[in-house]
Amino acid sequence: MKCGVVVFPGSNCDHDVYHVLKHLLNVETVFLWHDDADLKGSDLVVLPGGFSYGDYLRAGAMAGLSPIVDEVRRHAEAGGLVLGICNGFQILLEMGLLPGAMRRNLGQRFLCRDVHLEVVRDDLAFTSQYSVGQILRMPVAHAEGNYFDTPKNLDALEKNRQVVFRYCDPGGGPDDPNGSERGIAGICNRDGNVFGLMPHPERCSEELLGNVDGLALFSSVMKSAAAAMEVEA
Amino acid sequence: MKARVTIYPRPEVLDPQGKAVHQALTRVGFDGVNSVRVGKSFDIELKTRSQPLAMKQLEAMCDKLLANRVMEVYEIEILGKAGK
Repeated sequence: MKCGVVVFPGSNCDHDVYHVLKHLLNVETVFLWHDDADLKGSDLVVLPGGFSYGDYLRAGAMAGLSPIVDEVRRHAEAGGLVLGICNGFQILLEMGLLPGAMRRNLGQRFLCRDVHLEVVRDDLAFTSQYSVGQILRMPVAHAEGNYFDTPKNLDALEKNRQVVFRYCDPGGGPDDPNGSERGIAGICNRDGNVFGLMPHPERCSEELLGNVDGLALFSSVMKSAAAAMEVEA
Repeated sequence: MKARVTIYPRPEVLDPQGKAVHQALTRVGFDGVNSVRVGKSFDIELKTRSQPLAMKQLEAMCDKLLANRVMEVYEIEILGKAGK
């Protein structure tokens, strides 16, 4: 198993993800520069949070056209795992690897706080260590996390079981901190190998930070990779 | 050829910026406003002098980069020949 973390000009959560993968989970991990069309043999490609190209025009719009993106698309289409966190999620939407788009938050403000999430899917490579209905606490930090698509497309998204995480209150009741349609916080593609979410699991993956709810996301990927290798062997 | 491209949120998309501006206008006494939509505009100078070719290029730019067609619509206005 090898992980690649893409670095765009302005990425600022790249080292956090690298730390979790390399130092907490002891997985071989490399940085991938946005201008190099090379994934260096990565099995998991992470598009991290932060800002890319100043997020001019729309968050993720410029990054969605950078040289490494064609390789990420090829990797995804071949069934490879792609994880987009925050700005990385916005890039996946702009690339069209995931459906929909992000509007400015409903309250117009940059939202930087812990939110609660309901786990909707626990059968993905990214979520196998969670269970459906489990309530997680994770930090968000974004200005454009207000998920949008047409009602028809949202119905299709739900029908195809592409909603992975939904915002909720601490007791699991409905909550929607940024105005997202149907409380959507994270979605996957139809095959389940591309996953994007606004909250930051890499910022809540060790005891020292007071919250480890994010770690299971990364360990899920490692577990599924190990299982896949066993099947191959 | 000079052109102006204007991008707006689709009518059915809630526009939080437009809503905030509308509320602010009302607050400072402009109570005759029905609604505000905030968009952005691009003034683009093209090498071509052919209007049909310019339109074709600008539409492609909007679809590929300038607009997000999931939530935005665009209008293209040809302003005239460059240098005039």
